[in-house]
Amino acid sequence: MTGKKIEETVFKVLMVIATYFILAILAIIIYTIFAKGVKALSWEMLTSVPQGGYYYGKGGGILNAILGSLSLAFGATLLAFLLGLPVALYINVFLVRRKKIVIVIRFILDLIWGIPSIVYGAFGFSMMIFLGIQTSLLAGMITVTLFILPIMIRSMDEILRTVPVGLTEASYALGSNKSETAFRIFTRQTVSGIITAILLSFGRGIGDAASVLFTAGYTDHLPNSLMEPVATLPLSIFFQLSSPVPAVQDRAYASALVLTLLILLVSLFSRGLGKRYHKTKINF
Amino acid sequence: MDMETQNSIHVENLNVYAGKHQILKDINIDIPKNKITVILGPSGCGKTTLLKCMNRLTDLYPELKVTGKVMIEDKNVLEAGEDIVKLRQHMGLLSQRPYPLPMTIYNNIAYALRLRGVKKRRDMNKQVVHYLQMASLWDEVKNRLREPASHLSIGQQQRLCLARGLAVNPEIILADEPTSALDPISSQYIEEKFQQLKDEYTIVLVTHVLRQAARIADYVIFMYLGEVIEQGTVKEVLENPKMERTKLYLKGAFN
Repeated sequence: MTGKKIEETVFKVLMVIATYFILAILAIIIYTIFAKGVKALSWEMLTSVPQGGYYYGKGGGILNAILGSLSLAFGATLLAFLLGLPVALYINVFLVRRKKIVIVIRFILDLIWGIPSIVYGAFGFSMMIFLGIQTSLLAGMITVTLFILPIMIRSMDEILRTVPVGLTEASYALGSNKSETAFRIFTRQTVSGIITAILLSFGRGIGDAASVLFTAGYTDHLPNSLMEPVATLPLSIFFQLSSPVPAVQDRAYASALVLTLLILLVSLFSRGLGKRYHKTKINF
Repeated sequence: MDMETQNSIHVENLNVYAGKHQILKDINIDIPKNKITVILGPSGCGKTTLLKCMNRLTDLYPELKVTGKVMIEDKNVLEAGEDIVKLRQHMGLLSQRPYPLPMTIYNNIAYALRLRGVKKRRDMNKQVVHYLQMASLWDEVKNRLREPASHLSIGQQQRLCLARGLAVNPEIILADEPTSALDPISSQYIEEKFQQLKDEYTIVLVTHVLRQAARIADYVIFMYLGEVIEQGTVKEVLENPKMERTKLYLKGAFN
């Protein structure tokens, strides 16, 4: 074998090992959740709220956490989208001539992307004290919104950067102004990428425990008002896992399975939605 | 150029810098009305940049600094501020490769019409048909108006872009090597279209293809390394060039 061929083989083997190593770890996690979760999963668990003594092995379910997590994550994702899309469009359409400012904005967003969610939780909690709000769905929603905003903005930003300059030129040459170019051309060209950004943020939002710990609180009741505490799946998993009763620990795995399946369902649904718009995208 | 000719675009002392590098040097040209003016020159001589100065697409490139005057309808494009959005509607653009908008064939034209203020559904339908016919695309797409523009072939996409450019009702067509990505038949289509359109439009065509210039130009501007070397009618520039550089380019291209 020549040197070049050896090099090629070595790198190919390295890539293969890395890929399957990662896949294997993910597979083990999913297998564990499935294996331990499926036997504890029951119809009752999906459709009822915890009865007295649930966390010590008595009857009931996690409907409070399922609905709580869904309403919190949907609300937060919607808010983050409404706030994030204009920011991403502003960076990519209005600030094209201000390269330095764009670099600073991207740097700051990348920086706050790395802040642990517990810090957002603490920040949300101090804001609540300042404003005199109790733990509630609203407080949790706002905290999670802040937490997923950098993810939302930067992933939309990266996809908007792929809009070819020729398309931007075509839009301006027709006499569109900047906002028409942003909202009618940029968003249409990148619909599928924007949906991916929304999904990514939704996944982070629904799966995070630390940001909702102090802000959304926890309750055994179903969510019925923005101003009352809600249960969330990550916290529900945490409480069940901390139980000394093995049967309740298994329920924690079942809850994790529910969370995983929820994210899967939302992904599949929005991918389908994205496909409908994908075909108008211009491929360059 | 005889004194009778009206000018559509007047460029005066135009300089363009990218950092320390000067892309265009003291450009002074006049683009005559209702003629095809070809800007000719080797790759990298600044032809495209000159064209982009005319509708100020140079705005999109933060590294470019533009000074001088580009007069269209007695307004200096370079100092028009936000009025540029309206001024751009006097100029349709056809780029090196087609960039249809990410929407249906119908909406590609309708988008341009809406920008011009067309609102009524019936007017819209009528005009979409009109402009698609003008670009000789109607017969090929009349049954697939609701399909995405990306489904069309490259040649069809370029004609769609032409139709879209005409739909904003410009007086000038700026074309930047519009046939370079097209097959010979589609190219011929576009060239023939330009010949027909010049009665109503002023056409500025950028190309490095000498034969294309010889085929369709009324006036030729020869550029080299950011400078205008020679300008005049086809006879003057292509058949009896005065400048040494023009002669060399013509010779090189023919051999």
